[in-house]
Amino acid sequence: MTAATATAVGAADTAAAWAVLHTVLDPEVPALSLPDLGIVREVLPHADGLEVVLTPTYSGCPATEEIERSVVQALDAAGLGPTRVTLRRAPAWTTDWISDDGRRKLREYGIAPPGPVAQGSAVPIRIVGGRRSAAGIDAVACPRCGSAQTERLSAFGSTACKALYRCIACREPFEHFKPI
Amino acid sequence: MTASIQVKATPAVQYVLRLGDLCLITGQRLGEWCGHAPILEEDIALSNMALDQIGQARALLTRAGQLEAAAGGAPHDEDQLAFLRDERDYLNPTLAELPRGDFAFTVLRNLAVSTLQKLLWEKLQDSSDSELAAIAGKALKEARYHQQHAADWAVRLGDGTPESQRRCEVALAGIWRYVPELFASDAVDDAAHASGLGPRWSDLHEAWLAEMAAVFDEAGLKLPATGAYCSTGRQGIHSEHMGHLLATLQHLQRTYPGGVW
Repeated sequence: MTAATATAVGAADTAAAWAVLHTVLDPEVPALSLPDLGIVREVLPHADGLEVVLTPTYSGCPATEEIERSVVQALDAAGLGPTRVTLRRAPAWTTDWISDDGRRKLREYGIAPPGPVAQGSAVPIRIVGGRRSAAGIDAVACPRCGSAQTERLSAFGSTACKALYRCIACREPFEHFKPI
Repeated sequence: MTASIQVKATPAVQYVLRLGDLCLITGQRLGEWCGHAPILEEDIALSNMALDQIGQARALLTRAGQLEAAAGGAPHDEDQLAFLRDERDYLNPTLAELPRGDFAFTVLRNLAVSTLQKLLWEKLQDSSDSELAAIAGKALKEARYHQQHAADWAVRLGDGTPESQRRCEVALAGIWRYVPELFASDAVDDAAHASGLGPRWSDLHEAWLAEMAAVFDEAGLKLPATGAYCSTGRQGIHSEHMGHLLATLQHLQRTYPGGVW
């Protein structure tokens, strides 16, 4: 096999791998695929197989290892193996990498998508004041009725990435994918 | 019973173990709240933070093990470092190992620790060790949420009822005895500072105090006076609580070596 052929095969495999990755769902928020979540940095063709480079979300996220296994299994099942997964920690994952499509899917799933991450390292600690987000700074719209009249119940939810909110207008509780 | 590992304790390894052990032991204490917090939301919040801390500890202990190997020591992995060291080889500050106390104590210790961690991660983003810098970049985002959570509760309790305020004052007196250690310098910190590995913790004292004072001011709590006593957890010499904590932490791996879920 010539080098040129190898590259061509590699490129086709890479494109096919991306298509497969779009079917691999986040085990904790199964509305999102891994590319929606923005954790797939790149897919690299090597002589001995594909390398999928992931950036993990939270340091202690128990889904990270599950995701690595799912990626290998899905690509193997699609006949694209052998595959290896490597982790790239820098730059750190941010919710700004969640795709527009991903944000729409989150909303449809009942989870309020994250707003933009505040820039700069000098984010001062905000000393209480308002659990109500209607003040505007971090207004989180209810994913069910769209009202901005919502309040935060807790910054920590059922998974590391989510906060608990309640809509004051429709009274429904909901989760918010918090910006990080 | 699995034998303890021997750590190749270069200054760089010690520096990273101090960071990793601060996260590990803080995570262990926070995890004790699972099923015991005053309300469900706090049970979830404290468990979430425990998970973040343990995740950070995993990355840091992995890095410490790599640095040991680079210095000619045995290449220990995160699990060996977490579960198979003797007490004297754990280098967390004593504050982290104190019993979890009541909710006021946990909240105020979280405030002290997460504020310190946030300042450490900010500086460590520029570490000469690119792996440590990457860990810090991610941990910083998490520490901000931890600090915000603790600050919210400190204000709510400090500015709450006479009982919640009394408990805060009792907790602070207990915590403050262990604060001087956090900002005591030694050869390990000096070496890290000189090599660009990371900041001397003492260089963060002023910023830490300013952030704590801002929260206390809002909470109506007084900054306690600092005494002369300086604990020695970062040197590996711990309080009587550490052995009990390690007995819980290490029990499974010591009894069933290599056991996995």
